[in-house]
Amino acid sequence: MAVNFGFHVFLLVMMIIGSLVAIFSRKLISSLVSLGTVGMLLSIYFLILGAPDIAITQLVVEILALIILLSAITGRDVTADMTTSKVYAFLFIFIFIVSIITFITYSNFIFPEFGNTNMRVGKEYLYLAPLKLKAANVVTAIVLDFRGYDTIGEATVIFTAIIGVMVLLRKKGKKDE
Amino acid sequence: MIIYLAISIMFFIGIYGMMAKKNIIKMIIGVNIIGYAVNLFFIVLGYKNNGIQPILVPGVSIEEFVEKAVNPIPQALVLTSIVIDLSTICFLAALSIRIYEKYGTFDLEKIRRLKG
Amino acid sequence: MNKGMSEIVKTISKIVSPFIIIFGISVIFYGHLTPGGGFPGGVIISASFVILLLAYGKEKILSKLSLYKSDILHDIGALMFLSVALAGFIGGTFFLNIFDKGKLFSLWSGGNLIFSNIAIGLKVGTSLFLGIILLSMVRIVYKENKIEFYEKKEDIK
Repeated sequence: MAVNFGFHVFLLVMMIIGSLVAIFSRKLISSLVSLGTVGMLLSIYFLILGAPDIAITQLVVEILALIILLSAITGRDVTADMTTSKVYAFLFIFIFIVSIITFITYSNFIFPEFGNTNMRVGKEYLYLAPLKLKAANVVTAIVLDFRGYDTIGEATVIFTAIIGVMVLLRKKGKKDE
Repeated sequence: MIIYLAISIMFFIGIYGMMAKKNIIKMIIGVNIIGYAVNLFFIVLGYKNNGIQPILVPGVSIEEFVEKAVNPIPQALVLTSIVIDLSTICFLAALSIRIYEKYGTFDLEKIRRLKG
Repeated sequence: MNKGMSEIVKTISKIVSPFIIIFGISVIFYGHLTPGGGFPGGVIISASFVILLLAYGKEKILSKLSLYKSDILHDIGALMFLSVALAGFIGGTFFLNIFDKGKLFSLWSGGNLIFSNIAIGLKVGTSLFLGIILLSMVRIVYKENKIEFYEKKEDIK
């Protein structure tokens, strides 16, 4: 879609304010709610940047992440103390200032300008998918046919994580007591 | 350049939440925010000015489609990364439940003193 | 998530949840024509089961779709994806697309994209449902701040 540049900056500023509230809030429930807000704004921003299937995925995944984090909190303590570690806070400020100065001086050499991408391989995939493979959705054709090894690896990672959860939350057997 | 700067500020907010906070749930929220910032950075790298989405509809010819479409490769990388981040959060939540069972609190200061 | 919610929530979730499952199946099956595919469709199907879990409590859901059955479905999804990849050896290399590619913009097009989408949707959906229902099988004993795990009603004394 073609929107103003100011709309991009507006959405980004709202996301930064939302994540600041999520980290620096005292009660855990309000930080979870603002994390949900950041996720929904991110889904709208993906739609504006021209990626509709990622917008669908981000929306549904955000809701499930809220349910998972909420089920780890209920019944246990819900407030968070405001203690931060002073040593790590000073270390963080030092790293932050150095990184921002490096970023501003070298950003013209590292990143392309916002709006011009370098599509040498992308143009080949955009030609090949409707002509040879006869699939209209180029992103699905890349994920499942042109770059299929990454999908096998991703299926393995999800499998291993769920088996890890099953092992952690196992019932104690009779011989453990 | 402003957009890349704003995304990196969000990334550093997530790192602050992971490094300097003492509650385990706040650390998990920091990991989540880092995931958001990295996914957004990839898709912003592949944006074309006045571009259309990379899905062919039956009214557009193929030459016009190749000229105007947004880069489809970063979208394929981010699509799997979002679902992997969800499984990571599920695993971290199970780990934090086990920590609460053994020590009775989510606070790292008290856990470090108990040594149980 | 141990007890259910009120009557209004139970009725509404009973009516709405079949439509969510059918929408998820449509996103999976037309994954090569419209935006979507295997991953969003699988997550939508698991979200519909999570709505039923939140409204009815977990004993009722475990009696309909036990942990054993969803474990079997999880394995079937993974093995189906691997067999689609190994079927490329008939043509010559690993992961070759050997099925007939039909016409553009019709339902049967793109070779083995349909079978891969179904396999991934089954796998991701049951994975996330398993992860969420395992996190809710934990109960806290308030007397001595311990945590116990239970599945049936007879374990609560």
